[in-house]
Amino acid sequence: MSLLDHLVIFPILLPFFAGVILLFPSISSALNKQRVFTIATSVLMVIAAAMLLIKVQSTGIQVYALGNWSAPFGIVLVADAFSALMIALSAILGLAVILYASAGEDKNGAFFHPLIMFQLMGINGAFLTGDAFNLFVFFEVLLIASYSLMIHGGGKQRVQANIHYVFLNLIGSSLFLFALGTLYGTLGTLNFADMADKIPHLSNNELMITKSGALLLLAVFGLKAAMLPLHFWLPKAYANTSAPVAALFAIMTKVGIYSIWRVHGVMFGNQAGELANIALPWLWPIALATIAIGAISVLASQSLRVLCSNLVIVSVGTLLVTITLNSVQASTAGIYYLVHSTIACAAMFLLAGLIQQQRGKAEDRFVTARAMPQSAKLGFVFALLAIALIGMPPLSGFVGKALILQSVTDTKQMAWIWSLILGAGLISLIALSRAGTSLFWRTSGENTTALQGSPIQYLAIGILVALLPLMVIFGGSISDYAQLAAEQLNAGLSLQQLNEVAK
Amino acid sequence: MELVYSVCVGFMSACGIFLMLRGHTFTLVIGLTLLSYSVNLFLFASGGLTIGSPAVLNGSENYADPLPQALVLTAIVIGFAMTAFAVILAMRGRADLGNDHVDGDDPVDPLAREDKA
Repeated sequence: MSLLDHLVIFPILLPFFAGVILLFPSISSALNKQRVFTIATSVLMVIAAAMLLIKVQSTGIQVYALGNWSAPFGIVLVADAFSALMIALSAILGLAVILYASAGEDKNGAFFHPLIMFQLMGINGAFLTGDAFNLFVFFEVLLIASYSLMIHGGGKQRVQANIHYVFLNLIGSSLFLFALGTLYGTLGTLNFADMADKIPHLSNNELMITKSGALLLLAVFGLKAAMLPLHFWLPKAYANTSAPVAALFAIMTKVGIYSIWRVHGVMFGNQAGELANIALPWLWPIALATIAIGAISVLASQSLRVLCSNLVIVSVGTLLVTITLNSVQASTAGIYYLVHSTIACAAMFLLAGLIQQQRGKAEDRFVTARAMPQSAKLGFVFALLAIALIGMPPLSGFVGKALILQSVTDTKQMAWIWSLILGAGLISLIALSRAGTSLFWRTSGENTTALQGSPIQYLAIGILVALLPLMVIFGGSISDYAQLAAEQLNAGLSLQQLNEVAK
Repeated sequence: MELVYSVCVGFMSACGIFLMLRGHTFTLVIGLTLLSYSVNLFLFASGGLTIGSPAVLNGSENYADPLPQALVLTAIVIGFAMTAFAVILAMRGRADLGNDHVDGDDPVDPLAREDKA
């Protein structure tokens, strides 16, 4: 067995060991050593994620049986095209966030770097695992790291936002366990592939119990994904935390979306017999309402970070729409849009951090303030990101939205989806142009004392921004890959196939 | 046995949810603790309730499902850590915000205001 056979578990082990090593005394007291070490680790993670991506694309789904215990008895990690893509996304995002934070944000509180590592470990684990209880464990890993990261730097606002976030998620975790207990009680297994096999063969008196367990899971994942009406925590939490943490959290809602896709889109999807597509009648109105409410909140936002948080909610609604459409074409569009919206929102959060830093007391609120020393640079990046977030050509937002709109042209839901998605785009256009004019043009006097952004912060934003045109230039191959991911996702994986791949 | 067990779990969850609906972090923490106790018992029962049978395979004819016991163990550890974090956060909130309301300040009671007028 060569080292490469263990490639699937690298995205979990690398941040885990890095996080543990960062806690050792000689390194935990030296911030510079920590910075070099985490940046090196996240570069390694990007390489590992790229290798995994290539391997999955060339040889198909990878299954890694932990301790060589075969499923359903042992826990398996499953890397298909979708999860490999998400791992790559989180690795790149992690690198950008760590670079940005290394410019000084990590000084504001203790243990920033180890916490980021544990957070990435939890995120990667949640993407890779093929076992429902293991998913719960990785959710808890990423949550407990996020609780501490959100409060990083301290301050009244953060403590207050964190109280809501932590208690809501603790309640969510309890519900998660209730749901898992219910499902285990009727299905007798927690392995995703095995559950999918057993769901069509349930007896009649077990159907209702399983259904309630499945819908309870929808509530739990919906809370993480911030779908209506469980989204109230998001704007406050994301807008009050520090810029790099908010950027990393851009992928956290996507963990919820990913789990809904796996569990309610596929496991309780077309092949689930009596329980086929039980979540879809709920998800459809919720998805549309999430877009609508998100768009209205975008209009009402008074600061850039709140505006961006509300754009995250709009993107969650758009992704839920692609899940409810339940077709390979829509899933392809959804996967492309997911990657785009995560990158664009994360970059916008990082940029908001720089803007906030350079505007002094006005922070990122839409009020008249002294001009920013680097307003030309920041304004250019802002315009690029605004174009991407609105969904105008030539950046990836346009391609993503066009793919989604194209995937519904023959269906009866077309009128709803076109009007809402295009309407939300128009509203984002209005809100972002208003934001840009107030931030960059409504100025009085010069601010010469403000802290200038450091090159490493621009590098971090640059990495993310550069991905947006690249997603258009290589749009063909990326959407081919997204289609492969969507096909694998929709086909599902039976226990027999899983064990064959594991051999 | 099943009836008594489920009534107990249900009652404990109900108490937990009732306490969690209060607006203060202290009652919230107590409510969460009760809810996590009840979810542990719930998970334990998810493999079926048996008396006098070991959770070891091949040991005897009757054996209890060992998996829920492993799940409960994990859930207890995680729940314990999360409760500890919640308690520290509640204390920090009490110190930083000056009160223990989840919204950071006690809402004014509308009835009390009417009385004054």
